[in-house]
Amino acid sequence: MADLRCTIAGIESINPFWLASAPPTDKQYNVERAFTAGWGGVVWKTLGADPPVVNVSSRYGVHKDTGRGILGINNIELISDRPLEVNLREIEQVRKNWPDRIIIGSMMAPVEEELWKDLAIKIANSGVHGIELNLGCPHGMCERGMGSAIGQVPELVENTTRWVREVVDIPVFTKLTPNTTDILLPAEAAFKGGAHAVALINTVNSIINVDLDAMAPTPTVDGKGSHGGYCGSAVKPIALHMVAEIARTAETQGLDISAIGGITTWKDAAEFIALGANALQVCTAAMLYGFKIIEDLNEGLSDFMDAKGYKTIEDFRGKALPNTVNWNDLNMNYDLKAKIDKDACIECGRCHIVCEDTSHQAITIETTETGREFTVIDDECVGCNLCQHVCPVPDCITMEPLENDLPYVTWPNHPKNCPISKKVAEKVK
Amino acid sequence: MGERSVHSKTGGTLSAQEIADNFDDLHPPLSAQQVQVEASRCLFCYDAPCVTACPTSIDIPKFIRQIATENLTGAAKSILSANIMGGTCARACPTEILCEEKCVLNTGEHQPIEIGALQRSAVDHLMETTTSHPFVRASRTGKTIGVIGAGPASLACAHELALGGHDVIVYEAKSKAGGLNEYGLAAYKMAGGFAAKEVAFILDIGGIDIKNGQALGRDFSLEDLRGKHDAIFIGIGVTNPRALGIAGEDLDGVSNALDFIEAIRQADDLSKIIPGDDVVIIGGGNTAIDAAVQAKRLGAENVTLAYRRGPSQMGATQWEQDLAATNGVVIKHWVSPLTILGEEHVKSVEFEHMRLEGGVLTGSGAKLSINADRVYKAVGQTLISDDLADLTIEHGKIAVDAGGLTALPNVYAGGDCIQSGEDLTVQAVADGKKSAQAIHAMLEA
Repeated sequence: MADLRCTIAGIESINPFWLASAPPTDKQYNVERAFTAGWGGVVWKTLGADPPVVNVSSRYGVHKDTGRGILGINNIELISDRPLEVNLREIEQVRKNWPDRIIIGSMMAPVEEELWKDLAIKIANSGVHGIELNLGCPHGMCERGMGSAIGQVPELVENTTRWVREVVDIPVFTKLTPNTTDILLPAEAAFKGGAHAVALINTVNSIINVDLDAMAPTPTVDGKGSHGGYCGSAVKPIALHMVAEIARTAETQGLDISAIGGITTWKDAAEFIALGANALQVCTAAMLYGFKIIEDLNEGLSDFMDAKGYKTIEDFRGKALPNTVNWNDLNMNYDLKAKIDKDACIECGRCHIVCEDTSHQAITIETTETGREFTVIDDECVGCNLCQHVCPVPDCITMEPLENDLPYVTWPNHPKNCPISKKVAEKVK
Repeated sequence: MGERSVHSKTGGTLSAQEIADNFDDLHPPLSAQQVQVEASRCLFCYDAPCVTACPTSIDIPKFIRQIATENLTGAAKSILSANIMGGTCARACPTEILCEEKCVLNTGEHQPIEIGALQRSAVDHLMETTTSHPFVRASRTGKTIGVIGAGPASLACAHELALGGHDVIVYEAKSKAGGLNEYGLAAYKMAGGFAAKEVAFILDIGGIDIKNGQALGRDFSLEDLRGKHDAIFIGIGVTNPRALGIAGEDLDGVSNALDFIEAIRQADDLSKIIPGDDVVIIGGGNTAIDAAVQAKRLGAENVTLAYRRGPSQMGATQWEQDLAATNGVVIKHWVSPLTILGEEHVKSVEFEHMRLEGGVLTGSGAKLSINADRVYKAVGQTLISDDLADLTIEHGKIAVDAGGLTALPNVYAGGDCIQSGEDLTVQAVADGKKSAQAIHAMLEA
């Protein structure tokens, strides 16, 4: 059985799965239930200076597919609405009760050095393994100059990180907001401020849907709604990209990464690790199914590692990074053709119609004695994969590389890349 | 599939309540949750095979997508614009040999989409919530069309004509409209008085006047109507039950399965119908099954369905045969009735075992006797053509062209009285609508 232990910012965890700072980690009761279920650690729900904030009702909206699957949650809940002391005493107690589990204290404060330092010291004294700076909350707190209002300004990211580093001797995680044009800017700032690790992504700013009867955004509070923070599997692709950018860029490679963003299955977890994450944080999946999903996360990751021969997380961490490149580094001569397994085909026609209507008219439909037959016209197929993705039958449509014996040629070296476009490209650089 | 029990819960005879329960919906409507889950399974096939399999070409992927996107009223309009009897078809269509048989998920997931059940949820929703008819008539053309019979073909034809702005007079021999939907389908397929509700819904478009108690040949002739109307549609079905042509057919206790079903459909109190203890049904179509299953559900002790050929030759679908079996009906294949025995009342039926010899059904000489106090004949009906002298009759049906035009100008026909597809409501609706369109085009020309 694979070894799921991991190390991030010098902190050793029994497995890479921590619960992110959010309602599931709001108090001792929930956190101890999570530890009983098998979670490796938690980032306690964000603490602020007293008096505590007041939360509204309701707090969550969801984005569903046409069935009952929830693709994402949007929330307008603020940070912990319980007194700081109550939280700190509970943290102390859980640390005693669960010595092998990790607790990170999440915090936020207005942009004043003293406030950050005071709060950081209090939290550190409760015995947490590390401190996470919540610079990402995109609703409510940002209107008070906190959360993403700080995270969107690299200078403030650097300063707040430094302030906390200066007063505590435990690892510091800077949690980044995705609501920014280039994630590398706040990541570099966190690095300069001395962060041991970055945690990302926080939630994506969103209006999740509009109640067409009430004519108001959801979640609706007494007839009115506000933008909130979007999370869940729908944001995973955004998070994967941002994690990869930080992991493959020289200026930010010194940072450990606590990856967050729609991690729902062990596959999601493995993907983040393959793109360089040292550890993982989960929230929405637990909020949709409860803490028991940790069993599938742990066992699935372990079974995957066994199947691939990876003995430790480090054995495959970052293994997909060398293959994560800029578009300009892709091979222009690589040529794929869709191939339809006619025995497996159930004749739904989805491949035909999406290609016919929206792509390259490369799949013909023919009525035969027994039904319908779909055939790829190789000369028209550009290898876009759309048909393969819409096909409901696993492995019915495969993409087969054409043996063309052509060399690996990138766009910068492509004959059609004329001198003018090269010049423009240089300028843009 | 949720079929209700046919048996007494106490072991005694069925109580009136148990019988009433036995005739409630065979398949209760899907819950809102079931509807959502089922609709989300649909693949939205291109040029979907299910649509091709529907005689009325309902755009099934479209209406299921509308259900999935929580537009049940829109889904119902999509259904009804193709088939105004979408409600009955959702309940009574043998979907297992039509749309659902062609669903690609039979191959992909061994379980087709429950198209009929989804269709019912949409149409029922519209009929329960709408305050006005979903379709609006074109401006009045001043033309009138006489429609003979008020069964599915005629009502579909009348509705389409009314939609086009024509006025329609329907002449119906019986006291209620609806044809076999009202009188001839098993009660548990049409629970809650659905046939009458659907007729009222169809008439709600306006411009359709039904004259009940008006029988062709008795109260009027085809010639009379031709003098009165701009066009005629004949949808009189096939109403003459075939005889077995064997001794004993006139004994007490021997009757037509359709009469038995009609009595059930029109009964105020089902517990007053005495099904008999030893019931023998002769025939192999859906009417035979409907009679057999209903006899069992009324509390008959022994119900035997006797058919002279094998299971694969039965007119009833496999699903219907299974339904009979799970309701406790004994199906005897390869037996042909020789004599019905009894003095005044039937006591038994004597059969001969049959087999196929070189493709020819042949008696084996071996006999079989089955006790019977009721015998219901379900060997089909024939067209009563006495009053259709000027029309061409081919193979016992009215001959028509592709648009339903008979040998007489301006006279059209459809439904069971012509030779089209299967003898099904959905085919009758398709016929009626097609003729209406042909009549409309003819009148516009």
